[in-house]
Amino acid sequence: MNEQLTIHEAHGLLKAKKLSSVELTQDCLKRIKEVEPRVKALVSTTEELALKQAEKADKRLAKGDTNPLTGIPVVLKDVLCTKGIKTTCSSKMLENFVPPYDATVVEKLNDCGAVTVGKANMDEFAMGSSTEHSAFFPTHNPWDLDRVPGGSSGGSAVAVAADECVFSLGSDTGGSIRQPAGFCSVVGMKPTYGRVSRYGLVAFASSLDQIGPLTKDVTDCALVLNAIAGFDNRDSTSVPEPTPDYTKCLDGDLKGLKLGVPKEYFVKGMQPEVEEALKDAIAKLEEIGASVDWNVSLPSTPNALAVYYIIAPSEASANLARYDGVKYGFSYKDTESMWEAMEKTRQYGFGEEVKRRIMLGTYALSAGYYDAYYLKAQKVRTLIRREFDAAFEKYDALVTPTSPTIPFKIGEKLDDPVQMYMSDVCTLPINIAGVPGISIPAGFGNGLPIGMQIIGKPFGEETILKVAYAYEQATDWHKMRSKI
Amino acid sequence: MPALKGGCYNDSIMKLSREEVLHIARLARVGLTDEDVDRLREQLSDILENFEILQKVDTTDVPPTAQSIPLQNVTKDDAVDPSLPQEQILANAPRKEGQYFRVKAVLE
Repeated sequence: MNEQLTIHEAHGLLKAKKLSSVELTQDCLKRIKEVEPRVKALVSTTEELALKQAEKADKRLAKGDTNPLTGIPVVLKDVLCTKGIKTTCSSKMLENFVPPYDATVVEKLNDCGAVTVGKANMDEFAMGSSTEHSAFFPTHNPWDLDRVPGGSSGGSAVAVAADECVFSLGSDTGGSIRQPAGFCSVVGMKPTYGRVSRYGLVAFASSLDQIGPLTKDVTDCALVLNAIAGFDNRDSTSVPEPTPDYTKCLDGDLKGLKLGVPKEYFVKGMQPEVEEALKDAIAKLEEIGASVDWNVSLPSTPNALAVYYIIAPSEASANLARYDGVKYGFSYKDTESMWEAMEKTRQYGFGEEVKRRIMLGTYALSAGYYDAYYLKAQKVRTLIRREFDAAFEKYDALVTPTSPTIPFKIGEKLDDPVQMYMSDVCTLPINIAGVPGISIPAGFGNGLPIGMQIIGKPFGEETILKVAYAYEQATDWHKMRSKI
Repeated sequence: MPALKGGCYNDSIMKLSREEVLHIARLARVGLTDEDVDRLREQLSDILENFEILQKVDTTDVPPTAQSIPLQNVTKDDAVDPSLPQEQILANAPRKEGQYFRVKAVLE
């Protein structure tokens, strides 16, 4: 049962010598064997490495190491480069790719003495909202195995929700950490763009991508952010801002805090149980001391979906041009022509959704369409950011649903890209603006998880953690476990 | 480049033609089956229709945002850093010869 522990609980036991990292790691590995056939959250399990790292962690702990992540089992989304360990992006293109270096966040976790137990399944190249676009297999939601866990970090969310690990890392370009966190009833944060180094994160849309934690509670989220945040000279978009101790703001005190509820996030087509749960959750925030303005307006919100689905595929089409079958990855060899080899490599190496987005991005950037699509989207992006800036002059944080629906059935939206894209309608404006957002468990509808999103000003992670922590202390949603 | 039809200033969106889809596929160097072309004509047209909403937004005098942080012109000291050994870089190469990536003939 140790695998159910949070980071801070496990750390207490490790420090008191009531538990060893090897025991904790073995419990996670056992749990993986037990539930993995049903949830399919992992692309690979790194048992041998994990046990070695756990032994090393136990030695560090014996010497009095007090790092909160020492000896704690983690699952990494398979978009994060791990030296000597396959990093597939759940794509046939990178099925056998073994990176020669670690991502900065992986290096940081290794330095803390964290224990890698596996790599998580995802929508191919992080493009999707359900993890059904994995080239290998779909991941199942532990709350209802017939339903999706969200995406693209669905494997990372399920690994935490099903206790296959104590925490995980994901990446978020338009909601890929927060939406699956909401769908699986775990905590997931997308930090401010530039807060966490993207070095070694396989690129999807470079102006939107950000790495973040998925955890069992808010305290753990702060602990992981402490470990991964900070400037990195290998990522020229990481920001040289000082990194505070994010656990310091977890005091449960909301007195004097002003929260805003942007009405545009309660979109047409939102399921009534989601709306109801959110209104209850926001009322709870009011009850425990925050002042809430229920009638905030961010009028550009309805334009965010179009802005996102122009900018993200455009950047993706450029980033994914590197997969040409020459330097690494899948390579079609059965031809003498260079161009045919390249086209067939990309035809057979990429899945449907990835090809769809490459095509969309290429179209939006092509001659005659650049101004009408890409440039226009960048201008509307400015308007969206300005509205957030104006709102944060009046409010300390904004509160919205994480997704307009509860987890949907596997297969339900697979053939309808536009419907699938709608699943991120509440999360993607946050990436467009580059501000931080966190999703925390906020209730259930028909027995399925509902997430609440708290949005902060740039580098305002402390405020959203503070609000999230206060809500968590006043509710029990985060303690509920699926019956998997 | 062939003249593209459709596009975003028309009152009603015309479905992308087969030629347009094939032209984009060629720019992106993605091979497509006939079935793919038919499906993408539908799906891309559908998605593009949802972009029309932006044409109604007044962006006069609004500068574009390429990224959301205030950093500009980030430069690095001109110092030599350690780099990865050649054999590690070549380890994932589908085809190599000696210390080189092997490619198919570019000029025939």
